[in-house]
Amino acid sequence: MTDTLPASLDADLRALLADVLGLAPARVAAFTAQTPLFGALPELDSMAVAGLFTALEDSFGFILEEDEIDGDLLETYGALLAFVARKQGRG
Amino acid sequence: MAEPLGPLRWPCPGSGADGEWALATDGAAPLARLLIVPPLFDEMNRTRAMLATLLRDLGAAGVAAMLPDLPGCGESVQDFSAQSLNAWRAAMAAAARHFSASHVLALRGGALVAPPTLPGWALAPLDGDAVLRPLLRAAMLAARAQGEDTTATTLLETGRATGIMLGGYRCGAALIAGLHGARSQGEGHQVLAVGDLGVTGAAPWLRQEPAPAPALAAALAARIVTDLAA
Repeated sequence: MTDTLPASLDADLRALLADVLGLAPARVAAFTAQTPLFGALPELDSMAVAGLFTALEDSFGFILEEDEIDGDLLETYGALLAFVARKQGRG
Repeated sequence: MAEPLGPLRWPCPGSGADGEWALATDGAAPLARLLIVPPLFDEMNRTRAMLATLLRDLGAAGVAAMLPDLPGCGESVQDFSAQSLNAWRAAMAAAARHFSASHVLALRGGALVAPPTLPGWALAPLDGDAVLRPLLRAAMLAARAQGEDTTATTLLETGRATGIMLGGYRCGAALIAGLHGARSQGEGHQVLAVGDLGVTGAAPWLRQEPAPAPALAAALAARIVTDLAA
């Protein structure tokens, strides 16, 4: 999945996750498309998920619709990256 | 030239004889007296370290700066659930008078309650709906995790009618009703984005784990000093 998407978006998304969730860059660099996020990262509680959505909107310039607000969006790193690419019209 | 950073009390409407705390740096014949209006809710906590650094940087550059607690927030003695945008506007207007502020810097949702008559800056200002959005989303996700099917719109309606707990804050109905549809106060304030200041990385108010942001504080202080000299 990740190899069909722009590398810059992948790098930007990893940097954002590290910054916003306070994760070590090495840990974020080791994420694969299959790495589970929501439910697997203790940093991601409901407040952090909502905060992360705000940061995604802010950084990537889109607004999430109410029906898109769902933990499933964050099921895996690959799912999140594909979603951001799609919202940007790049997927 | 600047006095060291320190806490001091100021008379805030509704706070009784002891008033409220502000963090301030002062000095003889400052270039300006800057009132800093912090972000709202959790964004205030996440920016606290950056704002303390900003106060020091401004003090070192000869700008007196004051960062008051909003009533119900920080060290305030007031009840958060009794707050409203109008109460916060009255408090910031009182702080501006008490400290003889010549300028104002509002951050994020603070732009909704900053004194509109003072010249100044708004850093990444938010309208009221943008302040509410992440709080309502978090409440919605938390409710769903408990097996309760609800929407942000439903939660907003509940909040407007009876008040609601959002992000650990017990919000009164007046605060929610006031935030819904609220627009920034200071049309004359210069709007700054983090990108305008040449700082990269996530802004401190977006970080779930609070972290200092010395580069942003330094860039913001430099911009303010430059604009004051222009």
